[in-house]
Amino acid sequence: MELTFYIAAAVAILATIMVITRYNMIHALLYLVVSFLAISVVFFTLGAPFMAALEIIIYAGAIVVLIIFVIMMLNLNADSVKTEEEWLKPRIWVGPAILSLVLLAELIYIFTASDMPASTVAAVDAREVGIALYGPYMLGVQLCGMLLMAGIVGAYHLGRQKKKVIHRFLEKEAAQ
Amino acid sequence: MNGVTLEAGLLLAAILFILGLISVLIRRNIIFMLISVEIMLNAAGLAFIVAGMHWAQPDGQVMFIFILTMAAAEVSVGLALILQLYHQLKTLDSDAASRMKG
Repeated sequence: MELTFYIAAAVAILATIMVITRYNMIHALLYLVVSFLAISVVFFTLGAPFMAALEIIIYAGAIVVLIIFVIMMLNLNADSVKTEEEWLKPRIWVGPAILSLVLLAELIYIFTASDMPASTVAAVDAREVGIALYGPYMLGVQLCGMLLMAGIVGAYHLGRQKKKVIHRFLEKEAAQ
Repeated sequence: MNGVTLEAGLLLAAILFILGLISVLIRRNIIFMLISVEIMLNAAGLAFIVAGMHWAQPDGQVMFIFILTMAAAEVSVGLALILQLYHQLKTLDSDAASRMKG
């Protein structure tokens, strides 16, 4: 069980590194799916099987498919890969990477220096999560519903194409 | 049962979060920045799950469900914004959208 966690963690980190270094967007998304699947395995080893299923369904399923649809709508070609390669030069990424790695070193120091109480591992199944979700966290569930509603309305409003007010014959004249 | 420590789980979450942060900082393509935000949100959810495992409480998983909902709403609105931006500016360069004109 412990070895499973460490292997899945290594796969997740490697896949995420591949995501952030790809030039081609679809390749990055494929590695992103691998990363989400590895994190789902991590959830399973940590005793959260329902969350592992949700991770696969919503992250690896819905969100990645949504991004793929948008990439297909934008109709990107080989030129965009070349542009991406120009945008991501070592001169650009070295500085932020070093500063962020300093932050990571600090986090590692905090986790390893503090003495945490001993772990009592027991699987928390979906039943307990459901009871907590619809008991003390009822308000949060309702707020989540409102957030999703606002997301739907906002996405529709932003994604709507503007109606053309100019007639197509006039448009041809205006182009000339 | 298993010997996965709190430190190991939190370390994984921290590494994934830092990778997402690096990607947000170094990328100019706006879709890649959105993907990186997803990675960071996922890492935050992982930290909640690890903490819930450590104290054997369901609250961590409840928070993960809330983060999941937020990520779904965020990515739909974000992608709609990206579509509008691409139609207006004909590029995915985030620097091109630095000036708001009406």
